[in-house]
Amino acid sequence: MKFRSIPGIHPRPSLWRRLDMAARVSFPATTTALLLLVMSAPIGLPAQAELQKAAAVCCVFFWSLFRPGSMPPLAVFLLGLLADLLFYAPPGVTVLTWLLVHGLALRWRRSLVRLGFVLVWFAFITAAVGAAGLEWLMTSLLSFHLLPPHAAMFEAVLSVGLYPLVAVVLTRAHQGIAEPDLA
Amino acid sequence: MFRLSIPLRQALSKLTLPVLIAAAFGLMLLGKADTILAERARMALADALAPIYGVLAEPLAHARTAVDNARNMLTLYEDNTRLRAENEQLRRWQAVAMALDAENAALKANLRWIPDPAPAYVTAHVVADAGGIYARAVLLSAGPNNAISKGQIALDDHGLVGRVTELGARSARVLLITDINSRIPVILEGSRARAVLAGNNGPRPRLMFWPEGVTPAEGERVVTSAEASAFPAGLPVGIVHYTQGKVAEVEPLARLDRLEMVRLFDYGLHGVLPPEASAAKTTPPARK
Repeated sequence: MKFRSIPGIHPRPSLWRRLDMAARVSFPATTTALLLLVMSAPIGLPAQAELQKAAAVCCVFFWSLFRPGSMPPLAVFLLGLLADLLFYAPPGVTVLTWLLVHGLALRWRRSLVRLGFVLVWFAFITAAVGAAGLEWLMTSLLSFHLLPPHAAMFEAVLSVGLYPLVAVVLTRAHQGIAEPDLA
Repeated sequence: MFRLSIPLRQALSKLTLPVLIAAAFGLMLLGKADTILAERARMALADALAPIYGVLAEPLAHARTAVDNARNMLTLYEDNTRLRAENEQLRRWQAVAMALDAENAALKANLRWIPDPAPAYVTAHVVADAGGIYARAVLLSAGPNNAISKGQIALDDHGLVGRVTELGARSARVLLITDINSRIPVILEGSRARAVLAGNNGPRPRLMFWPEGVTPAEGERVVTSAEASAFPAGLPVGIVHYTQGKVAEVEPLARLDRLEMVRLFDYGLHGVLPPEASAAKTTPPARK
């Protein structure tokens, strides 16, 4: 596990402090996994499956952009695998799309982190539309069936619309509960 | 733990993402080559989650009922008038049905008719949607020693729901008739013409391959056919409905959007069901 080290005087790393830091570092991946599990429960929301995937892709993008140390590629891989198993999708499709979203966020990181929210959102639109399209294409290829494209479009629109809401919540978490330096 | 030099560590961390992307492609190939492995992994996860969903489902159902009750209070008067009229009509139909039943019994007695054996069935709770974005399916919760097997036919109190395609120790997945991979041999009840009901992931599956010279009539009842020995004949499926673009669709009788319990019937039919029966394996031979 990688802790951010800031030069200066640090309190002695006692067991509790280390546990606290570990919990904070693993917060993004754990909450995303929990979100996936809770949203596949029979809550009875309209368009629940699409909502679940859209919210999760927002989380993956946000944490990859703002705290890649807590959303490493391996975590993205495992989250994608969990999603594939929960969605009964061909295994590997969500893994691939989320890894690519993660890679894009990492690549844009240097320029995006300094920019305002709206530009980050625009970047997310590109990533989300690409992800939904790729997922549709791969699922179609793997099931030898041209699947209805409006499901992919709906998912892309949903994730784009959901992103500001998720970003507000996650920014709070980013500065509070998920910040290892606050431990 | 041994320490790596900083450049080596940087190189390794740069390599993780490409390696994992390659692993994702490997996973896709593996999932395609070994469908049973993917199915087992899925059902193991579903087995772990089904009891939790089962516990969750109850309070959620209560909440939904409360909302429904509140909504029903608002339309009480209109409902009452409508139901009175409907009841009147049903009474007349009941008289007709009883007369026909008596006549049928008399005719069967004269013909020395051998009745069909009553099929065995089990009832199971629907605990979650198991379709995701590109499929239509539900997850059933079942006890550890359940009598569920692949290929069993799921019905709700109104009509055909689908078939069991995946089976775990405590859960089972039912592929709905609206799924894009679902193909069901059916008979149009009025004209006795055979056709295929093809799912399209929408709420109403499409009717296909009916013979020349027959046109499915709007409002005609559609029932299953025993063709390809995947279904018994005569299970109620739905009602023919034409879209704006003159495409024949079938409005399912089963309430697929709010399934709570289904009955799983074992007719002992294993017509179209290879051992790795998955979502893509329910296609009966298409007829022209």
